Amino acid sequence: MTAAATAANDAAFVEFDHVQKSYDGVSLVVKDLNLKIGKGEFLTMLGPSGSGKTTCLMMLAGFETATHGEIRLDGRNINDVPPHKRGIGMVFQNYALFPHMSVGENLAFPLEVRGMGKDEREAKIKRALDMVQMGQFANRRPAQLSGGQQQRIALARALVFDPKLVLMDEPLGALDKQLREHMQFEIKHLHESLGITVVYVTHDQGEALTMSDRIAVFNDGRIQQLASPADLYERPENSFVAQFIGENNKLPGTIEKLEGDKALVRLATGEMIDATAVNIREKGQQTLVSIRPERVEFKPSMMPPGAHTIDAEVTEVIYMGDILRAVLRVAGSNGFVMKMRNTLGQTRLSPGQTIKIGWDPLDARALDPM
Amino acid sequence: MAEPLAAAGNAGAAPAPELLTTADGRPLRAALAKAQTRARRRAFLLVVPLLVFVLLTFLVPIGYMLQRSFQHDGFSSAAPALDAWFAANPKFDPANPPEEAYAALVDDLKRMQGDRTTGIAGTRINYTVPGTVSLFKSGARDAETLTPPFKQGLVATNPRWAEPKIWLAMAAASHNTTPEFYYVAADYKLTDNGWERGAPNERIYLYLFAKTFLVSGIITFICLILAFPVAHLLATLPMSRASLLMILVLLPFWTSLLVRTSAWIALLQEQGVVNNMLVKIGLVADGNRLAMMYNMTGTIVAMTHVLLPFMILPLYSVMRTIPVSYTRAARSLGATSWTTFRRVYLPQTLPGIAAGSLLVFILAVGYYITPALVGGADGQLISNLISFHMAKSNWSLAAALAGMLLVAILVLYWIYDKLIGIDRLKLG
Amino acid sequence: MKKVLTITTALTLLASAAHADLTVMSWGGAYGEAQTNAFVKPFMEKTGVKTVMVDSDNPATPIKAMVESGNVTVDVASVEYADAIRLCDEGILEPIDPASLPAGSDGTAAKDDFLKGAVTECGVSTDIWANVFAYDTTKFKGDNAPKTVADFFDLKKFPGKRGLKKGAKAVLELALMADGVPAKDVYTTLSTPEGVDRAFKKLDTIKKDVVWWEAGAQAPQLLADGEVSMTTAYNGRIFAAAINEGKPFAIVWDGQIYENEMFVIPKGAPNMKEAKDFVAFATSTDGLRASAQQISYGPARKSAMLKPLIFKDGKTEMGPHLPTSPDNMKNALETSSTFWVDHDAELNERFQAWLSQ
Repeated sequence: MTAAATAANDAAFVEFDHVQKSYDGVSLVVKDLNLKIGKGEFLTMLGPSGSGKTTCLMMLAGFETATHGEIRLDGRNINDVPPHKRGIGMVFQNYALFPHMSVGENLAFPLEVRGMGKDEREAKIKRALDMVQMGQFANRRPAQLSGGQQQRIALARALVFDPKLVLMDEPLGALDKQLREHMQFEIKHLHESLGITVVYVTHDQGEALTMSDRIAVFNDGRIQQLASPADLYERPENSFVAQFIGENNKLPGTIEKLEGDKALVRLATGEMIDATAVNIREKGQQTLVSIRPERVEFKPSMMPPGAHTIDAEVTEVIYMGDILRAVLRVAGSNGFVMKMRNTLGQTRLSPGQTIKIGWDPLDARALDPM
Repeated sequence: MAEPLAAAGNAGAAPAPELLTTADGRPLRAALAKAQTRARRRAFLLVVPLLVFVLLTFLVPIGYMLQRSFQHDGFSSAAPALDAWFAANPKFDPANPPEEAYAALVDDLKRMQGDRTTGIAGTRINYTVPGTVSLFKSGARDAETLTPPFKQGLVATNPRWAEPKIWLAMAAASHNTTPEFYYVAADYKLTDNGWERGAPNERIYLYLFAKTFLVSGIITFICLILAFPVAHLLATLPMSRASLLMILVLLPFWTSLLVRTSAWIALLQEQGVVNNMLVKIGLVADGNRLAMMYNMTGTIVAMTHVLLPFMILPLYSVMRTIPVSYTRAARSLGATSWTTFRRVYLPQTLPGIAAGSLLVFILAVGYYITPALVGGADGQLISNLISFHMAKSNWSLAAALAGMLLVAILVLYWIYDKLIGIDRLKLG
Repeated sequence: MKKVLTITTALTLLASAAHADLTVMSWGGAYGEAQTNAFVKPFMEKTGVKTVMVDSDNPATPIKAMVESGNVTVDVASVEYADAIRLCDEGILEPIDPASLPAGSDGTAAKDDFLKGAVTECGVSTDIWANVFAYDTTKFKGDNAPKTVADFFDLKKFPGKRGLKKGAKAVLELALMADGVPAKDVYTTLSTPEGVDRAFKKLDTIKKDVVWWEAGAQAPQLLADGEVSMTTAYNGRIFAAAINEGKPFAIVWDGQIYENEMFVIPKGAPNMKEAKDFVAFATSTDGLRASAQQISYGPARKSAMLKPLIFKDGKTEMGPHLPTSPDNMKNALETSSTFWVDHDAELNERFQAWLSQ
């Protein structure tokens, strides 16, 4: 498992140890999950719906029980600890603010159930509300607040009792794009200033890339890759991750030659390209070569010496302001994308034109054929 | 983020804009009203059939009933001479009415004999002074033969004619409109000294009102306790299994009330299924079978069963709208499951609890057939007495009792509105 | 429920009245069936007038409502004696001329042939029925069987629950007779507050062992289910259960409380002439005999008793089963309609209060 390779320090704050989960006794929703999360880390579980990421979060929160394996918090097995004794803050997608209580009462709730005195409670509530810039709203009802304001209150409520770990289940899913981006920064900022550990679940890769220290990409009940945002984007370790994160060109072919991690790939139309072998083992194997659109070059001067080039026909050029996006026909298939910075003097391509394209072999990753 | 919204809120409170007009100079408000008139008229036409239906089948009968509870012309229309005399002498001494009063009475008795109205007039007086129907009948028969002085003559035929309470009753009955039925319904009796509280062993109505409300309260409470978990299960189960359970909940609706009540009799009577089983397994001695039917237990069991769906449905409809994330949030914030239920879940089900309780309580208060069948001696409720008086054609007293019930329920409704708010009523 | 019953009754009435030339309303059950066989069918055969029988819980209530609302759909109704008097006094009923009733089979004029009180201003007796008490012969046998009205209240000698009609009428009289008041003094005693107290005091002695019934059919059912060991009942219901269904029931006639059941004609009946013909036909000697052979309620004409009456099964002699039989009349009380018209509401309120205590 890749998670083990990039494991945090040995004294992991949160640890999933061979965790499996089945709802129906027939199929596994989570298959052998191993994950260590360090103290103070911002870890995002990213994946399509049904990939098992929310189930993992619910197991950590205590709302679902693991069918097999152990979940440890600060070194202690919490499999049998009920949710209210775990001391984990949680922010829900629909905020889950209690509608019959005012904002202040919502924030007082976790403190009251912990038997905290009134003065201490009020001090903490004030601090938490100020933290999310909602100081004046203590007497409002949740229904009187906008979505963004409710989100802040939900955040404040999850933090008011000083949990060491905060779980967030798609907390920004209901907000519009602009507000969402704004909140991403605020959450990130809170995380940094409070030094808390955050486990964040989302299906929005942009959100994951912006906020996280590390991202665990889930698919089919497994972690496909656990890595920092940059590694995940630039060095995807399998085709799923390459496809799921960011825009990606894929070229199917077979391995013609394999030397260490240097591979020569023969495309369906017979052309040869250079690539870096990632998760293929032998010559003759089927592969998908993944290249990011912004790493494709068409000017010989920009290509590394000795790089293979292949012919491409421009089918469409889209003007997007900061960049120009060319859609090419490569190796007999349509839809190969190349992004060019819209700089002064940039060569303007036009549809119908035939060009030669190439790339640094390090940017072309030969992955499993899926 | 918060600031722009707050600012928007302030903008709403800005001074009202100048009166706007349409392009051709008409005030905007008038133009809007005109534009909407057509739509409103059509909407109204759609409601008309229901409005007429409700008016004819609900408001008119209730109005008629309330009118009967304080109007009865059985005596006043049959005794015009006495009516006139009572009107002229409002402050007569009932203990010793003068000769003219007796003359008017004899005059009226003769008229009653001719018009065949002794029964109606006597029955009206009998409502407040028992035993007077035969008094009027014999009086009317004897009236022909009487000669002045009438007082002496009439009292000689029957000394009851001198009783002050009969004169009080006739004086009151000479008006079409009277509150007397409400006095009777409040356990007051007409005595020679006027209306007085009845003897303890004669008081029944207020006691039955209190009992009816108490029993309805108990039934409502039991229904709530039983319905709450069921509704919760319904609201949280997956749809396919929930609809199966829903069928079980609604099953009682698909069988006749009489059949259901009879089934309870078969189950709970002394020689019934439950007792037989208890005797067979030795829990209860054969000579010591449990009395679960023909008493309050039977009434409560059968009525709870009949009314349970009326509690489950509103609860279910409210619970269905409570997302599971509220309880999860509470748990994650450190609340035990009991605290979560008490402080987070329960308060959110309040509209359902209130609606279900109101519905069950009001239905229970007016329930008639079940207590009549399984109530036995002590399982009788006020509706059974209303029905008794209906059967005995004392519609006015029945109407007065029903009127009191109606007022009590309206008061309840008003309290509900004050506490919960009628706009939060969710019936399903 | 009541409303539903009324509505369905009304609908049935509308449906039937549309086709029928004459509508008779009675109590349903075995009694309604007996009247259909004894009166309705022979009348149709004889006159060709299409006659329909409809049921009611208590016909007095709907016909009063009908006359008051001016929409009378019933021509003849079977009502209790007290109701026949009361409704007549209230002008709800059509007076019936006794001279219009046929003479007895032996030629005696109607007014002499009928028993005392059987013909009133607006009603003619169809039968005489009785409130009696019956017991389960498997529980009490031979010398150990109850024989007097006092035995009904003797829980020591005759253990078991008692069935009683839930209502003051016939129950208070029963209690007084069981307490030793002679039949002739029952109503004078009951007219005094002390007498009423005495009756309730007697009822107190069995109150906790009473199962109360309301509909006539409940009484034999309670006895058959073993819920009670003795119950008051309408004598015809016990007869029907014992003879038709072979139930082990026996009647104690001591302290029976009997009364006439009356045919009346509501004011404004749509088919007045046919209604009068029907009443005359039904209350003729043959009509009353026919009825007494269907159900064990006695005929109110002396002439009807001249020849022995045989039950419709062809073998049972009806004589011993009728309230009017001399053997059964030794200690019997006729219900006083005057008393109940005056005191019905008052005593029933008191009764309900007593029940609730």
